[in-house]
Amino acid sequence: MDRRIYGVETEFGVHYSHPGARPLTPEEVARYLFRPVVEWGRSSNVFVSNGSRLYLDVGSHPEYATAECSTLDELVAVDKAGEVMMQQLIDQATERMAADGFTGTIYLYKNNADSAGNSYGSHENYLLNRRTEFRRLSEALIPFLITRQLYAGAGKVVAPRTGDTDPGTLDRDRPDGAHFAFSQRADHVMEGISSATTRSRPIINTRDEPHADAAEYRRLHVIVGDSNMSETTQLVRFGATDLMLRMIEAGTPLGDHQLENPILAIRQVSHDLTGTAELSLRSGQRRSALQLQRHYLEQATAFVERHGAHHDRLDAVLDLWERALDAVERQDPAGIDTEIDWAIKQRFLTRYADRHGLDWDSARLAQLDLSYHDITPGRGLFTLLQSRGAAARFLDDDAVRQAVDTPPATTRAALRGRFIQAARESGQPYAVDWTHLKLSDRPLLTVTTKDPFQTSSERLDELLRSIPSPDHAPAEGHRDGDASSIHPV
Amino acid sequence: MSQQYSGSRSEREEDVPAPEPAPAGGSAQAGTTDLDSLLDEIDSVLETNAEEFVKGFVQKGGQ
Repeated sequence: MDRRIYGVETEFGVHYSHPGARPLTPEEVARYLFRPVVEWGRSSNVFVSNGSRLYLDVGSHPEYATAECSTLDELVAVDKAGEVMMQQLIDQATERMAADGFTGTIYLYKNNADSAGNSYGSHENYLLNRRTEFRRLSEALIPFLITRQLYAGAGKVVAPRTGDTDPGTLDRDRPDGAHFAFSQRADHVMEGISSATTRSRPIINTRDEPHADAAEYRRLHVIVGDSNMSETTQLVRFGATDLMLRMIEAGTPLGDHQLENPILAIRQVSHDLTGTAELSLRSGQRRSALQLQRHYLEQATAFVERHGAHHDRLDAVLDLWERALDAVERQDPAGIDTEIDWAIKQRFLTRYADRHGLDWDSARLAQLDLSYHDITPGRGLFTLLQSRGAAARFLDDDAVRQAVDTPPATTRAALRGRFIQAARESGQPYAVDWTHLKLSDRPLLTVTTKDPFQTSSERLDELLRSIPSPDHAPAEGHRDGDASSIHPV
Repeated sequence: MSQQYSGSRSEREEDVPAPEPAPAGGSAQAGTTDLDSLLDEIDSVLETNAEEFVKGFVQKGGQ
């Protein structure tokens, strides 16, 4: 597919800290966080005006699913806009909690693990052509997904193994002592491919909800990724994965690199910053993460030479992909330590550890690891690094701010955003999901949007014309400031 | 231009053009001083009892 629909779903970790006072559970804090959402949409599962979805997920994780995007710029901007929305919820919850006597601090982390070994995800969605055989696609893609942590990993301070735990076969190559690893998520992945998400945590989830014409499309649901803070890391993560899918869809032979034990391999890669740990393939051969990624990069570069660039960020994707592999190979992250999450984090934490004489088992470094993912501007480590130029970006604050209220213009999210705005302005009760736009009192006029690339709709125009102008709108269901109540004034 | 800087942030910010938007793949290498000043300041935004803080962050599992 030349143009592809992308989306990413992010679960945030909730942390309330108030030393010396009664702790609040994440559930209690999540309820405070989502109170404005419930007031806005009468549900803790809503679509917001940029076309994205905001909800409370399994385990009370606030979750944000981006609207359908068809460019990498849109995808990263809409994803970062989710952090802005979450911050607005933090601000409002902090006020309400203080009024109830809870004067501690709320932290939301865009990361993938807590200190007790629970994990939550960053799920990527890629729209695929139905003609591509899914089994063949998964086989070709999984070795890529297992090794892309060399540039897509968010970095993790790993605690030392405790004395009473059995290393187990999956962790046999993991160092016993505290150390720095590429990935947040790798240690929590339990299966290669499966229909489950919470129970066994596969790399690819087979749930096939295309939210589109199922005869034409299917959805690839990748749940192995780390949540990224860095815009440039996201660019190469999504951009390289899209290139892999293009090659597979085009039938480009990529070789058979199926891994003997994908779940062992993903841990081997994460805990080996040299990228040279040898992974066993089913064919009996052995390959390192660096070798596999070099191979995919070469194939992708040749593919782009043959077929041309299909978007204007392609050079940047290939360039950063290559420089990241160079950096790992040379064991010198200096060339990527403003652009790749794990390297940005490692650079700062190493400097901090040197200055204070700390080892990786220091609680302060574990705290800084969390702080890197703290989304609050001016407090979270990544936000501080970015504001001082120690983390590069390819968007700017305006682009992110705009993406908070404005849906992507190139997909049906534009229709959804327009509909939500019109319905709310007029105070009409409405319901939306990924493929339907409905005014509750005109069910027969419901607009179905099966084509995710659709950006105009006569049926929607007709439906919107049927709405009385706001001046004459019935008062029922409409409150002052309704439409902006999840944005603090 | 002064090569002896005091680590003052505002001074650096005047000297150096705004870091964004950095071109993807470009080098937005932060000056060592910016990182140094952040290393100085970061403790002021972190809660003091690191161990208790980290242990206090426990979730239910998600997906």
